[in-house]
Amino acid sequence: MNGGVMTAAQLGFYGCPICHRVTESIPGATDARCSRCGERLHWRKPNSISRTWALLLTGYLLYIPANILPVMHTDSLFSAQSDTIMSGIVYLWASGSWALAGIVLIASIFVPAAKLAILTFLVLSVQRRSTWDPLDRTKMYRVVEFIGRWSMLDIFVVTISVALVQMHSFATVSVGLGAVAFGAVVVLTMLAAKQFDPRLIWDSQADAPSLRESTDGHS
Amino acid sequence: MDVSELIACPDCDCLQRRVSLPLGGAAHCGRCDAVLYRSCRNGLQHTLAYAVAGLFLFLIANIYPIAGIDMQGHRQAASLYDAVSVLWQEGHAEVAVLVGLTTIVSPSIQIGLVLFLLVPLHFNYLIQGAVPVLRILEAVRPWSMMEVFFLGVLVSLFKLEQLAQVEIGIALWAFAAMVPILIVGGMTFDPDEVWAKVRALS
Repeated sequence: MNGGVMTAAQLGFYGCPICHRVTESIPGATDARCSRCGERLHWRKPNSISRTWALLLTGYLLYIPANILPVMHTDSLFSAQSDTIMSGIVYLWASGSWALAGIVLIASIFVPAAKLAILTFLVLSVQRRSTWDPLDRTKMYRVVEFIGRWSMLDIFVVTISVALVQMHSFATVSVGLGAVAFGAVVVLTMLAAKQFDPRLIWDSQADAPSLRESTDGHS
Repeated sequence: MDVSELIACPDCDCLQRRVSLPLGGAAHCGRCDAVLYRSCRNGLQHTLAYAVAGLFLFLIANIYPIAGIDMQGHRQAASLYDAVSVLWQEGHAEVAVLVGLTTIVSPSIQIGLVLFLLVPLHFNYLIQGAVPVLRILEAVRPWSMMEVFFLGVLVSLFKLEQLAQVEIGIALWAFAAMVPILIVGGMTFDPDEVWAKVRALS
């Protein structure tokens, strides 16, 4: 870390998350607002660590039914079949659609697992005040934010399949309980990523002066 | 010190002095490399153009069927709304709400609010309530998943092709065109320019 770097919080400034305007803190004030747009300002996202943990742990719990329970039931005149996320991928692979199987494998298996693992690592590293390269960790956070939405893929696949095959006399496709759990995992991990404050990664740098408390207004 | 010359990095809180950029340039944080702001002249006019184009494509994408299948003479087509309502009728309200929010509600809010904000500004009218609009836009952004939905439709059509004859609907083409327009349109949107314009008018 080069010596000239100072954070806005150390110098008594807030950056507005909505309009990006910098506002100087008023000594003694308990409630800071952006001088331009009036948004409520915080030094760091409030209770970032505990909120991220709560969402992550719920995500882990639901990750199990999301992968074990079927996401889709297919009934036709001749056969009835229930597909979990993994068996759907195996089916695609076996029918020769390797590219498709690859896309779904990445979006539905790899992305949710990677999101849970990376966010857990980041929260733990912040709690332990790790000095592991903060730039690398910030990049990991950006990856999680960017890829998060793509795990909705399987939910959309099930939706379209159900809508098109529904009410046919020859076959019916219906939503399995696994899809509900899977959708919840996607939403929970996206919310967890939103609650995590990447600035905390940089605050735990050894040579960074300690962060002022939100009630301590002097500059 | 004039605070309007400063910017705090949203990712690492590093306080930096704003610099003027060449056209089309982007300012990166000196410590964590986050993009702080971009420069494009009349960026808001571009955003407005993309939003108008997006609105028409979005209407087409919602009104017409996305795809249809033909199974031994039985034909069935489904629009985006049909897909959500079938899930609802099946008793999976939570999945229906999730799909509806990410493919219908969030994109409508995005396109609608950008137009609400930029059309009056384009004609030099000062609008009330720019602050809540910007806040809602920021909150809605991650939940608008047109591009993921588009890929999902393609994957499901490939899967159904093993089972039945698949016909592509008009809405699917509208989706294909809308995805790049919403992505590029989002990149040209600069809240700083909105504030500069609001300030110039008031």
